[in-house]
Amino acid sequence: METILEIKNISKRYDDITVFEKISLTVKRGEVVVIVGPSGCGKSTLLRCINSLEDIQEGEILLDGVVINPTSKDLSQVREKIGMVFQSYDLFPHLTILQNLMLAPLKVKKADKKETKKEALELLDRVGLLSKKDSYPRQLSGGQKQRVAIVRALMMHPEILLFDEITAALDPEMVKEVLDVVLSLAREGRTMVIVTHEMQFARAAADRMVFIDGATIVEEGDAKEFFDDPKTDRLRKFLRSFSYD
Amino acid sequence: MNPEVIREYLPLYKEAFILTLRTGWIGILLAFAIGILVAFAIHFRVPVLSKIASVYVELFRNTPLLVQLFFIYFALPKIGLSIPAETCGAVGLGLLGGSYMAEGIRSGLDAVPVSQEESALALGLTKRQLFTYVVFPEAMSISIPAIVANVIFLLKETSVFSAISLMDLMFTAKDLIGLYYDTTEALVLLVVFYIIMLLPVSILGSIIEKRVRLRTLGG
Repeated sequence: METILEIKNISKRYDDITVFEKISLTVKRGEVVVIVGPSGCGKSTLLRCINSLEDIQEGEILLDGVVINPTSKDLSQVREKIGMVFQSYDLFPHLTILQNLMLAPLKVKKADKKETKKEALELLDRVGLLSKKDSYPRQLSGGQKQRVAIVRALMMHPEILLFDEITAALDPEMVKEVLDVVLSLAREGRTMVIVTHEMQFARAAADRMVFIDGATIVEEGDAKEFFDDPKTDRLRKFLRSFSYD
Repeated sequence: MNPEVIREYLPLYKEAFILTLRTGWIGILLAFAIGILVAFAIHFRVPVLSKIASVYVELFRNTPLLVQLFFIYFALPKIGLSIPAETCGAVGLGLLGGSYMAEGIRSGLDAVPVSQEESALALGLTKRQLFTYVVFPEAMSISIPAIVANVIFLLKETSVFSAISLMDLMFTAKDLIGLYYDTTEALVLLVVFYIIMLLPVSILGSIIEKRVRLRTLGG
């Protein structure tokens, strides 16, 4: 499979704090990579670096072989190819759900209005929210908002999707409705990088797992092996913290 | 109360009403324009301009309109800048209102969460598109209550115009009382005309606020 995203030896520092040091990661087309690690290990920052919401101090990030960095002139064009969904949903509160979905395709891609609307309605239907098309974000539950946020990212036909702890702000009973959507995207072969604390979901969705701790990738590998036969003590300890027996 | 007197006064009040309304609204539009420019300068930290904008806001927010009007009407002619009373009133109101509007609009701009900007950038919007389609409309909907309050406040401030002999409602009432001593009729008409001027603004304001509130809370 061809490589779509290549992270080469990147380091991220704030003044004297090192978030991560010389991290490298490759994502192939159609692959689902799930990143886990203790709070504050820099996994969210890593995702934010991928679409240049954060700058890096060392190394480089390539999407389809093209270097991405915050000073690129065509940054917004690069970002079109990278869909990102955040923990806080961040739908635009002054727009209806349908308008939220259509804003970027119409303004950024100058897409045809009729077709964009058709696609938006189809995708809304797919996540079970067609009836909410004319609602405003505040009229939706957290889980519904997050499903809309996923659809909003899909509307740009991204080559890769980044999910940054998208269920962390949700009530427990809403987590599944969101993760089911992500799982169905994984099954249709979308390329995704997911940061999550939901281990069962990680196991179900991931082709490859990455464990970050202490500013570096401690262990990575095939999902089954990662959970059933961890190689490092740190990962074993981390995984144990999720079980109750 | 003598209905005969009221009938006699009515045309005078009507004329004053039109002048007050005209000067007031020109002043408010000016205030809004100044407010937007000043708020942008401060919010975007435009070099030099943001400093000037901050000084302007503090200067005009912390001096009474009466003093500002005296300055424009009586002091400026001394340096050869003579401005008609009505223009003085509108400009004075615009400058005072501009400082209030600027603060209202800036607080709206500052209140839009950074995460909103990030999610728009992540969708591929340019900085300009982000501002036009996301930040500005959101900021305005947050600022609406402050803007409506300012409009009402500024319309009431027009009563100070009488001090620079502008024939506004207040001036007309004071003038008539001085001339004929029909105090009750003159004052009742004054109150009625102010209410006619302000009530629609107040009602329209609440309707807009209610519509906008539905959208702003929670994203």
